[in-house]
Amino acid sequence: MSDVAPISIAFAAMPITLTINGHERRLSVEPWVTLLDLLREREDLTGSKKGCDHGQCGACTVLVDGRRMNSCLKLAVSLDGASITTIEGLAEGDRLDPLQQAFMDHDAFQCGYCTPGQICSAKGLLNEGRARTRDEVREMMSGNLCRCGAYTNIVDAVMQVLESRGQIKEAAE
Amino acid sequence: MNVLQNVGIGSAINRVDGLQKVTGRARYAAEHPVPGLLHGVIVSGAIPKGRIVTLEDSEARAVPGVVEVLSHKNRPHVAWFDRSHKDMVAPPGSPFKALYDDKILFSGQPIALVIAESFEVARYAASLVRASYEVEPHNTDFHKAQAERFMPSKKRDTYHPPKNRGDADAAFAAAPVKVSAEYHLATEHHNPMEMHASTVVWEGDGSLTVFDKTQGPQNVRDYLAGVFGMSASTIRVMNPFVGGAFGSGLRPQYQVYLAVMAARMLQRSVRVVMTRQQMFTHGHRPEALQSVQLGAERDGTMTAIRNSATTSTSRYENNMEDVVIWGMMNYACENAAGEYAIAPVDTATSTDMRAPGAATGMTFFEMAVDELAYAAGIDPLEFRLKNYSETDQMNGTPFTSKALREAYAEGAEAFGWSRRSQAPRSMKEGRELVGWGVATGMWDAMFSKTSASARLSANGHLEVASAASDIGTGTYTVMTQAAADTLGLPVEQIAVRLGDSSLPKAPVEGGSWMAASVGAAVQLACRSVAEKLLSAAAKMQNSPLAGASMEAVRFSGGRIALRDDPARGVAITEVMRASGTDVIAVEETASAGISGMISQMRKSRNTHSAIFVEVRVDEELGVVRVTRVVNAVAAGRIINPKTARSQILGGVVMGISMALHEESMTDHRYGRFMNHNYAEYHVPVNADIHDIQVIFVDEPDPEVTPLGVKGLGEIGIVGTAAAVANAIFHATGKRVRALPITIDKLVDDTVAP
Repeated sequence: MSDVAPISIAFAAMPITLTINGHERRLSVEPWVTLLDLLREREDLTGSKKGCDHGQCGACTVLVDGRRMNSCLKLAVSLDGASITTIEGLAEGDRLDPLQQAFMDHDAFQCGYCTPGQICSAKGLLNEGRARTRDEVREMMSGNLCRCGAYTNIVDAVMQVLESRGQIKEAAE
Repeated sequence: MNVLQNVGIGSAINRVDGLQKVTGRARYAAEHPVPGLLHGVIVSGAIPKGRIVTLEDSEARAVPGVVEVLSHKNRPHVAWFDRSHKDMVAPPGSPFKALYDDKILFSGQPIALVIAESFEVARYAASLVRASYEVEPHNTDFHKAQAERFMPSKKRDTYHPPKNRGDADAAFAAAPVKVSAEYHLATEHHNPMEMHASTVVWEGDGSLTVFDKTQGPQNVRDYLAGVFGMSASTIRVMNPFVGGAFGSGLRPQYQVYLAVMAARMLQRSVRVVMTRQQMFTHGHRPEALQSVQLGAERDGTMTAIRNSATTSTSRYENNMEDVVIWGMMNYACENAAGEYAIAPVDTATSTDMRAPGAATGMTFFEMAVDELAYAAGIDPLEFRLKNYSETDQMNGTPFTSKALREAYAEGAEAFGWSRRSQAPRSMKEGRELVGWGVATGMWDAMFSKTSASARLSANGHLEVASAASDIGTGTYTVMTQAAADTLGLPVEQIAVRLGDSSLPKAPVEGGSWMAASVGAAVQLACRSVAEKLLSAAAKMQNSPLAGASMEAVRFSGGRIALRDDPARGVAITEVMRASGTDVIAVEETASAGISGMISQMRKSRNTHSAIFVEVRVDEELGVVRVTRVVNAVAAGRIINPKTARSQILGGVVMGISMALHEESMTDHRYGRFMNHNYAEYHVPVNADIHDIQVIFVDEPDPEVTPLGVKGLGEIGIVGTAAAVANAIFHATGKRVRALPITIDKLVDDTVAP
């Protein structure tokens, strides 16, 4: 069986353009490829995680035009022209996003597998500007499962960044 | 003034692998790039028991991009004998061998692997594989399986049989206060966030590099060598990052077997990733039934313990757990009898899941103790203190240390337990019933022989290495701190390598033994480096350290200096330069040693905890919120308070989950776990988790392990579910004895208040 030659896949791929972490990428993608699989398997951006492939766990959360989305539920071809930010694109050079630093300082992860999704989700949450109390953060971060149980530390990390941005509501919980 | 930050044992430094994790640079098993990679997608069988009659794969093979479809019909040779398929933690029995023959042993069993040039093509083609079956009668109903309850003649080697004392039957019969209750635990699946995955790199010369999701790279290496008749030296298993496991990665899972089989057959690199649904087709926490009967005098003195349990296993392997011993060890009670057996169902073999045995058995025992305290009319914390034992009551041995009394005290103080009113339903606030519950946790403090290497370079850079794993537990950080502690180097100068089968020998990451074991191995290796350094330093011209012993010097801030006169010393890099040494490389093995073995025979070694929980129950809706938890843990020396706290937080969250959420539901007609996804298999989300306070009580214990460390991976979950259940009783007056305590059980009026 060793002489099986690689077979080229003869399906019609569609041309799309995505801006991924600031870089314009002209891609040729079959219509059934999800954004998550595109990132992980073709762009070698494995920071976005696959935890369920069904939009149930949030590990694949990325920012699409600044909004948090489950990349496993998005077909890449439906995002032609969009700007995608993944965990690999949050830091500016060596300068971490404040959320990344806060997650480290608060030990807001253990195994780290849900972490990129948590951080991207928190980034989206900050962009939304809706969460201003601990309870609101807990509620609005509930689309991101963490099986290691780092939830309280995740909330601490997000609250610290909210506080530093002056987005916190006084006399909150 | 010394402004150097202490980074050694006891300091709360940030997790050293944190930067890789928050930037997405940490690569997990399915994320290592390989040129020319093939993707395998597993086809799961549809029936729980029987045999495959036809397996039609021509449609799948016709899809452009499909390279091969592997099944029992065309698989390459694997070892014939069971013993070649046994991994180092396998229970007695005949291990499952995927694609071995046409037999189906459990629902969801892998029956084919479709291998294609892309993941999407493999996934599509896998949907085209058709099988027909001859179905045999099966049973997945654990209650029915009680009829087949048995004690295997060959026990699992980790199993500890209960040792009875006194006459429990007579004492129970005579007890003026008694409770008798039956408890049930639903099957749970570990469901780590990362699904089981393997990337097998075909190296061209027949050797393999396997990136695998495992808790033991050397276990997987030896297993693969046995199954495929390969020399272990031609297989390198790597798991530098593991996205959680909780026990599911102790044994090699079938995806690594399938990926290696395909890579060898096709002589190409192959990746296989399970789906979330397939994560419900291998190990799980066994379903359990436990019967606890307790007797006491009217003043609350315990007089009788009868503790009996059954856990589920498969038809082909006999998995066993220590379920009934915990309560028998923990309480002062003259009469105690324990009994345990297993019962087979037609599922995959159950396996260790966080605190196997104790999470089940101590939880139910602690629920029964709460019932007895109420029967005696005594505060449940006071009742536990009244029956407190300084010694291991079952084995009749002292503990190396047991600061449970301090844990009760500090936990109660932090929680405000003294403000509790005893009567159920007495603490209503608004429309919510408030309940406060307490429970005890207990786990083993184990140590396992482990090796580590240390390599100091001329520039003062140190690398320590061991084939240990970090599954989120903090092993990288523990090894760093053990090294920093011994050689006084800053974290930036220490690199840790783990998760690689080619490194010095280490056990699987499990049982809470890793920090104590690998920490000791690293310390030994670094001490050996330190001795060599001192010897070289002493030989330097006009050495300030001439004639100084190891005890007389201190390694700190990259220098070796006299303890009594820290100004007199030399920099490590200077020692290396002066002695013309490029590198100091050593390997050491930490083992219990003779004194340790004697101590192990004569003393019990355990962690303990006291858990206090507040619940708020909306009685109309049956919704339970766990609003406050205090978990006070006595676990010896704490290497890193920050990562240690996280371990306990995680255990508490999983304990709350056990109490309220987790349940793999079987449709017995199909013998299949039906809620096999994250939407229907409930685990807590962020909004479910409120305030959790972790306390580590002071418990110096130089005897328990070389570093005085007891381990923390399991203790956080043990007893937590009991404290939740006991708090729910206090809030509502309802004893729900089947976990998880879901809404239906609370609103069910047939459960007498």
